[in-house]
Formats: sequence, structure tokens, C-alpha cells
Amino acid sequence: MEKEHPGSEEIYVCRCEEVTLEEIRTWIDRGYDTVEELKRVLRVGMGPCQGRGCQDILMRELAKKTGKPITEIEPATVRPPAKPIKIGLLAEEVEE
Amino acid sequence: MMEWKNTADVVIIGGGIIGVSTAYYLAQNGMKNIVLIEKGTICGGSTGRCGAGIRAQWGTEMNCRLGIAALDIFEQLDQDLGMSVGLNQGGYLLVAYSEKELDTLRKGMELQNSLGIKSRQITLREAREICPGLAADDAVGFFFHGRDGHADPFLTTFAYLEAAKRLGVTCHRHTECTGILVDGGAVRGVETDRGIIHAPIVINCAGAYAQFIARMAGIEIPNWAERHEIMITEPVAPGVCPCMLMSFSGNYYIQQRPHGSIICGMSPAGHPEDYENKTTWQFIEEMSKTLVRLLPRTRGIRIARQWSGMYDMTPDAQPIIGETDVKNFYHSTGYSGHGFMLAPVAGKILAQHITGKKPDIDFSMLDYRRFARGEHIRESNVV
Repeated sequence: MEKEHPGSEEIYVCRCEEVTLEEIRTWIDRGYDTVEELKRVLRVGMGPCQGRGCQDILMRELAKKTGKPITEIEPATVRPPAKPIKIGLLAEEVEE
Repeated sequence: MMEWKNTADVVIIGGGIIGVSTAYYLAQNGMKNIVLIEKGTICGGSTGRCGAGIRAQWGTEMNCRLGIAALDIFEQLDQDLGMSVGLNQGGYLLVAYSEKELDTLRKGMELQNSLGIKSRQITLREAREICPGLAADDAVGFFFHGRDGHADPFLTTFAYLEAAKRLGVTCHRHTECTGILVDGGAVRGVETDRGIIHAPIVINCAGAYAQFIARMAGIEIPNWAERHEIMITEPVAPGVCPCMLMSFSGNYYIQQRPHGSIICGMSPAGHPEDYENKTTWQFIEEMSKTLVRLLPRTRGIRIARQWSGMYDMTPDAQPIIGETDVKNFYHSTGYSGHGFMLAPVAGKILAQHITGKKPDIDFSMLDYRRFARGEHIRESNVV
């Protein structure tokens, strides 16, 4: 198959979920032009780091592709916890 | 951006799994000029927030029939839609904690078996073989159906959407329904924040917002929204909870996704009816306690994320599918937390009905007027 975005298949934007720049560009071309939809279809930003490493790159790519300023690209919803927490720690009874 | 036209043969309201599967099956049944409108983004509501389980172990005949028919479709869906939907059939393991619950689940199993669903009662030892490390000495019985399991709600929705688009379906995101056009007792189209679309058929697939859409046409349905919380861990090696582990009285569901992360949830106390998708720290604390009690080795696994979503509830926890008192204004809603898993068959049978074919399953009893007539029987098998 001919590469739609040559060179971008080896660039990993989301390291947690192993999503490449090529996959992101391909799905933007299919009309998935919001962070929320790209997150859902590719799991980009859904790993343990919760998009800390990749969301800026993703938003920049969306801005470039859609021609919108980056300030008009909506970031993904921020979900707790801020950092991953061990289940065992949360399950412990807290001394009052 | 898809081209805007002010006429269509059918308008579908809602870009969740019910809306897109209905759109796909309508197109597959030969319908043209299908327009789907979604106020936000596709899969941005309850579908994208759900627990991703699929099962046929139900307590009412209709839910059993829908559940097994949906499984039949899920098993073919990758081929049908040309895209993987992340199906993983690790089974559902139901846990009973009292004699009364055991009796209810056994009756459910007998009903399921009579409808061709091969669920069975199993021992604690067998349960531990299916779900290694399960600590459930306080349980009194277990039921298992191996064809139940998991599919990816995102991928399933997008697979239906992409297949629907290939068949010519138009999808308008960021387009909110603001009114339903009714004239002479029949639907004539929809009013949106981007303009009017005239259409002889309108289908309400708005999930937790369906009652507000219905009201725009003067139809009252007894639906309400209920906020449920859920969380997911970091991905870990497989085998921690290969099946969906679920208990109605124990109030939990837990399943490891093929991807390695463990997704789990429980019902909220009371019936929070806000539309804000709020999350609470109490939930992750309670859920963590349940996890450690049932599967002690989850202790060292980290929680990556928590969120919540709305169940679109009906008084009997069964959906509303069919035409309303307004001619050609249809509903496919009220899935009560099970819309994702029933969507393949729900979309298919309503599309068959609308295009004049005999539906695979007679769904006339899912008419919304059953509540006013007092004919509904409550589904027991829900978390």
C-alpha cells in the first residue's frame, strides 16, 4: 500500500499507547478533527501519562491540518487522578 | 465538513452507538438520504463512557433475545464493517451472595437456556479456573456464559460510522436538535442550530437526552438519566481478570480489556440525575476496596483514570423501540446502561421495520406506551 504520509509512520506521538504521527494524520484526513475523537479512535493520550507527553503535539497537528489557530483547538477532558495511584493504597482504611 | 442539505429521507438524532448502527442498517436496507445529527462529537456521550461489556445473561425474555442476537452480530462485525471492533469473548462470571439471588440467577439461567443461550451454573473451583486468584468464599453460587465478554465501544461506533458513510450516510457533528417539526399528527423534520432539515422520518437516538427530544414533539416518555462512575487501570499482563466478573447484589463489574487495562464500576448510591458527568473520590476508594477484596493481586496495579457517564433509564430497565403517537417519529432509547451491547441488533431490527421488512425479533412489546398500560416487568440483572 502506498504510504499516505511518508516518514511519519516511524514517529511515535503517544508513547504510552504507541500511536504514530501517520495514524493521526490518516484519521484527521478521514474527518476526525477533534482531540476527543482522535483520542477515542486511536487511544492517543489515554495511557498512564494521560496525554502529558503527546497532547501538545496532537493539538499542533490538528491546528496545522485544519488551519485553525491552536487556541481554537479544544484539549481533551482532564480526568482524575492527576497521577496514577495504586489500588492497594486507596483500599487501605485511613486512620481517623 | 459534510455538505448541508435541508431535506433528507430520514434524520437520526444522536451520534452514539445506537444512532450510528441504526444509520448503517437503514442504509444497508436500501434507504437513501440518511442524515445523522450529533450535538457534540461522535461517541462523546454515554457510548464512549460505558463499561464495554457484552452479554446474553439476562433476566427478561426480551433482553435475552436481544442479547444473544447482538452477540451473533458482534461475532461477525469485523468482517461486516471492515474494521476491528476489539471483540474479546472471555465470558461473564456472575456471582451470587444470597440464596435469594442464587434463585433469581438460576431462573434467569433456565430462561436463557430455553432461548438457546448456553449459560451454566459453575462451582467455586471452576470460577477460579476462569478467573484465577478470585477470592469469593462468601459467595453462594456462580454462573457463566463463555460467549459474553467485551468489545471496544469507540472502535465499534467508528466502524459503524465509517461503514455507514461508505453507504452514503451524511453525518453532521456539532449540530444540535432544537425542535421537532410536527404537522397533522406526523413528523416533518427537525430544527437544528444550523437550520431546518425537512424529513418524513425522524429517529430519536439521543440516549440520556431522549426525553427532552421527545418532548419537542409533544411526546412524554418516562426516561431519566442516572450518573454511574467507572475507572480504568494502567495496562498490565493478561490474566488478572480475563472474564467480566459481575455481581448485582455485590454491586460491581470488573474486566480486563484485551489491551491489558482493567475497567471496573459500580452503581451509585441514590440516583444522581445530573448531566455533568461528575466524578467523586469516594467512588475510586470504594471500588479499590472491592477490587482488593475480590482480586487481592490488583493491590499493586495503578488507577490511570476515572470518569462517569449517564445511563438512560426506563422503569423496567428495558429499551423503548418503535413509533410514537406522532407518525413516523421513532424512538430507540432507554437502554438503561446496556445500549452499547444491544446496539447491533437494536439498529438492525428498527431499520428492518422502517424499511418494511419483517424484523428478526418482534419488538412490539418495547413500545413506550407499555408503561402507561402497566405492562412492564423489571429486569433484575443490572448493576
